[in-house]
Amino acid sequence: MMEQTMQRRLIAEVANAVVTHADELTTLDQAIGDGDHGLNMRRGALAILERLDELAAQPLPDALKAAGQVLVMKVGGASGPLYGTLLIALGKALPLAPDRDDLARAVGVAIDAVKRIGRSDVGQKTMLDVLGPVREELASGGPGLVDRVRRRGAAAADATIPMKAIKGRASFLGERSIGHMDPGARSASLMIAVACTVMEE
Amino acid sequence: MANVGIVIVSHSPKIAEGAADMVRQMVGDSVPLAWTGGNPEGGLGTDVAAIIAAIGRAWSDAGVAVLVDLGGAETNSEMAIEMLESSRRDRVVVCEAPVVEGAVMAATEASGGATLDAVRRTAEELSPT
Repeated sequence: MMEQTMQRRLIAEVANAVVTHADELTTLDQAIGDGDHGLNMRRGALAILERLDELAAQPLPDALKAAGQVLVMKVGGASGPLYGTLLIALGKALPLAPDRDDLARAVGVAIDAVKRIGRSDVGQKTMLDVLGPVREELASGGPGLVDRVRRRGAAAADATIPMKAIKGRASFLGERSIGHMDPGARSASLMIAVACTVMEE
Repeated sequence: MANVGIVIVSHSPKIAEGAADMVRQMVGDSVPLAWTGGNPEGGLGTDVAAIIAAIGRAWSDAGVAVLVDLGGAETNSEMAIEMLESSRRDRVVVCEAPVVEGAVMAATEASGGATLDAVRRTAEELSPT
């Protein structure tokens, strides 16, 4: 089972990174969306931090489900239900003491839940274009996995720049969505990178 | 049986309220009606908790049709429906229709005692798909 101090750091550092990068996410979203992604994610992260003691004390699956509920209720944009569903589904699919195979499988289940609620799929310039490749990397195993997962997430976010948006507000721009990183892909890669760094230590 | 209820969800509280005014002008009090708009801080956006509350206010045993504007409103409305108690969940639908026209058409259909399916179909006839 994940140590409580580790779990607390994981939650706190991911949430703090979202707060720190809120302006960056907003700037990305202003380019191709409605410009609220940073504000919404920041609102959700602050709500998570308010409940940090409670979330750190719960078993990991329960903490993920509870954090997901907070995001669903507090974020306000589409990212709330999407990230909220991701965490809730992840919490439901993870055993108490997950190994890498458990995690890869649970992430797959969680991604399917996000696809369903967002009626979206990989290739549409969304957070799924980071989550999909990250799951693939995670499932591949082998040495240096955590670092590879982090780099795969970052590369996958960069790879949304030349994509044309097919889902979400950015899809209204059609061709003009090309040339900008998807804000949801960026927030996903940011949170994954911070989680990887905490896990490495 | 009571008439189907209508819920209007917009990123903008002004649009949601205005659309609800237009519905009332058309059908009076014959249809349970509620609207919600804005994020939890009052800015533009939508709020799952507020949508759940609006579905409660417009509740009818015949069901509730939800009209939404843009993507986030739809995603949040579907999330809100998933979070309803199981006895209600299957009696709420999100209509794929323009929010103002869809709400007025859906309410007009509902005021004649139409089923939830018929109300949704009427609203969705407005959507070119």
